Amino acid sequence: MTAKPLGVRVRKGATTFSFLAPALIGIAVFFLYPLGSAVYFSFTKFDLLSVPEWVGLDNYRRMADDPFLLQSVRNTLWMVVVFVPVRIIGAVGLSMLLTQLKRGAGFFRTVFYLPALVPPVAATIAFVYLLKPGTGPVNHFLESIGIQGPLWFNSPTWAKPSLVLLGLWAIGDLMVIFLAAVLGVPASLYEAAELDGANAWQRFRSITLPTIQPVVLFAAVTGVIYTLQYFDQAAVAGSIASGQATVGGGISSNFGFPEGSTFTYPLWLYTVGFRYSALGYANALAIGLFVVALGVTLILLRRAKAFTGEES
Amino acid sequence: MTALMEAPVLAPAPPDRRYARQRRLAWIGKHSIAIVLGIMFVTPVVYLVLLSLMTSDQALTSDYWPNAWHPENYVRVFEVTPLPRYLLNTIIYAVSSTVLVLLSSVPAAYALAKLRFRGRNGLFLLVICVMMLPPQVVTVPLYLMWARYGLTGSLAPLIIPAIFGDAFCIFLLRQFLLTIPSEYLDAARVDGCGEWRTLLRVVLPMARPGIAAAGLFQFFYCWNDYYGPLLYTSENESSWTLSLGLASFHSVHHVDWNLVTAATVLAMAPLIIIFFFAQRAFVQGITLTGFKG
Repeated sequence: MTAKPLGVRVRKGATTFSFLAPALIGIAVFFLYPLGSAVYFSFTKFDLLSVPEWVGLDNYRRMADDPFLLQSVRNTLWMVVVFVPVRIIGAVGLSMLLTQLKRGAGFFRTVFYLPALVPPVAATIAFVYLLKPGTGPVNHFLESIGIQGPLWFNSPTWAKPSLVLLGLWAIGDLMVIFLAAVLGVPASLYEAAELDGANAWQRFRSITLPTIQPVVLFAAVTGVIYTLQYFDQAAVAGSIASGQATVGGGISSNFGFPEGSTFTYPLWLYTVGFRYSALGYANALAIGLFVVALGVTLILLRRAKAFTGEES
Repeated sequence: MTALMEAPVLAPAPPDRRYARQRRLAWIGKHSIAIVLGIMFVTPVVYLVLLSLMTSDQALTSDYWPNAWHPENYVRVFEVTPLPRYLLNTIIYAVSSTVLVLLSSVPAAYALAKLRFRGRNGLFLLVICVMMLPPQVVTVPLYLMWARYGLTGSLAPLIIPAIFGDAFCIFLLRQFLLTIPSEYLDAARVDGCGEWRTLLRVVLPMARPGIAAAGLFQFFYCWNDYYGPLLYTSENESSWTLSLGLASFHSVHHVDWNLVTAATVLAMAPLIIIFFFAQRAFVQGITLTGFKG
């Protein structure tokens, strides 16, 4: 390529900048500025009332031997490893099913989306009641077909899978995204593949999946970020299943019920920051979370590039 | 499972009876799966609606069928909360924020997906980073900022940031725009279209399903947003949104679980209607890209 004259380059740069200007301002004001404050606070002892006191790396050293941190990290990792792929597979499967329906497609789209509209707190409460081990309708139903239902939110082994189930039920958001992506795949590609005698699975593997790959990457990255910040459902499910909070009441002190099995990293961050008022340490925890999320995202993006040769 | 994964185009049917029967079986199979899944998806929502029709005493038990029906719970909700005002505030917040976010995010996503410039990857990564900071962490500095301008207690701190785009929305739209082949854009450029015209005339129509999805997302997010309104408007009840109104309702009427669920159902109802009509926007994508079926 020959070098373009300066005037053209400047004009091109100005056009590009005009597309990006609002986002750049947004990033500076609503991200870089608060991030800077968070980093600063993470080096201090700070309780919101008195002036922050500089303590250097103390908060970060404290993270090294914090048993609650270790437990919450384990639970959060479990959620990331199980929840993120299950959610993506479920949402892709559901959107593919929807494109197949000849009758009532609009109706089913709405039905599958419905749970995503229930506020998370209300949805969690409904789920805990439906899955009550002794009296809940789900275990009643399982019993009637001869299956001994698990203890769900009251069992340390089943509590996290129950949360995954709750998340799957509210999968509508992701389903909508994949539906829009799948419907955007050019029909000519399928026609060509059919002429070559590709069966349904082959067409999905070699046309649908590669075309929607950028959207799958989106789902993976946002899924990881979402799971790392997973809070509401874990907090509400734990406190209601433990019987400490009455229905609709606030969050009990029983985070992570039963036996700490639903105690996630954000729950610990919240406890430290807003119950112990140790905002310095909470900010150190948040920066740690941020760094881990960034690392995972970088790995995902790099792999995706290697796989698809996405233009860089 | 293969039936689930089948590509969304049916092969032209050869005049073969066995094939026709197979297709009919597949039809029945797919619709049966949809119905069974549909029941599983709807059950907890139905449970919430049933709860909303019980007496407050029965709602505290783990019954799931009302002994007697109490539709007047819904009227009670209107009597004890200024629901219309909350609704108006919610609409102002959700509509203006959605429009502004799309106006600012679409061009940014387009630049990140289809324009070549130095530092593009770095900037893209920065956009992703924005989503990674836990919301509780940025709260204190941002609140102090809005307070300095005297805007707390109003909807402004919720709406103004939308002018500068939303990271989630930019990321989503960028990924959608990547699925559009660059050849279309090159053709427009060869014809002498500037970048802005290419975006408006070529990209926007093709990206309609993606933009519709992003818009719905932003709208529904604002509608159900609790943290934002709690932070910025709680001191001034005339700026409260539905989610905040419902939550305060929650704490005042926490024994009246039936009323709380009734209010929840009322807040959800408009969204269900909006979604039912908006989902056609995705189907329109079919005709625009020449989709068969």
